[in-house]
Amino acid sequence: MSEQTGSHASTATYLRIAAILVMITLIEVGVFYVPTFQAVLVPLLLVLSAVKFALVVMFYMHLKFDNRFFAFLFGGPLLLALVVVISLLLIFYGAVRLRTGV
Amino acid sequence: MSEAHRTSMGVDNRKMAFWAFIGSECLLFGSLIATYLVYKGRSLVGPYPHEILNIPFTSFSTFDLLMSSLAMVLALAAVQRGDMKQGKLWLLVTALLGLVFLGGQFWEFSHFYHEGLGLTTNLFGSTFYVLTGTHGAHVTVGVIWLLTLWIQALRGKLGPQNALTVEITGLYWHFVDVVWIVIFTVVYLIQ
Repeated sequence: MSEQTGSHASTATYLRIAAILVMITLIEVGVFYVPTFQAVLVPLLLVLSAVKFALVVMFYMHLKFDNRFFAFLFGGPLLLALVVVISLLLIFYGAVRLRTGV
Repeated sequence: MSEAHRTSMGVDNRKMAFWAFIGSECLLFGSLIATYLVYKGRSLVGPYPHEILNIPFTSFSTFDLLMSSLAMVLALAAVQRGDMKQGKLWLLVTALLGLVFLGGQFWEFSHFYHEGLGLTTNLFGSTFYVLTGTHGAHVTVGVIWLLTLWIQALRGKLGPQNALTVEITGLYWHFVDVVWIVIFTVVYLIQ
């Protein structure tokens, strides 16, 4: 039985994405060691991580080129997972703050 | 696309089911990451993360997994154009890079254990081992899956007609990679 797949990016695009991913990883490790970035380290690392995440999902998992329903199937639970993470953090640290008054 | 595999929405039902599975995996890893974050900095005894985590070593593991994702898309592209020689090569490279990652994780866990960090030592140990261990188990499944495809290709049972099978394997492998991207940032870099 033949299996057809959707249109995807070119090999050159895959190589470019890989180069960008490696560069972002180097930047992440670099900013981790530079004291100047300590004040903005957490938001900076989260943004860089999100960019890497999006690049892999869009180009390597082909979500950019595939049926939009797949984006819904993936994006819905991903959003729910994010809400769960943020809610748990708020509940837990809120409870700690109430208990300690700090 | 075969009629037997097409849904009323015009998409392949195997691919749709696999995206739904990946969605459920987002919730699994989301809850594990949330648990790690909630208990972060709450260990009463050491070893603590900043004493034990090895950033240069884990950066290499991250690089290794990113390169395995590149190898996976190159394998899929080769299978799609019917170049099975390249397809076999890149499938094997992907599996081997996965094995390198697992070897690194085994070394890391052994090293941490000898440094005094067990599963029940403190909250950091419990949440760290469960989160990264679950990810490692997923990588192990991925490596077995990739090697199975590679053996099928060696036997001539995998060709361009099976491109979707390779694509679904790739979806799983890339998902394992994106989960590691998050773990690398949340666990290792944000201490």
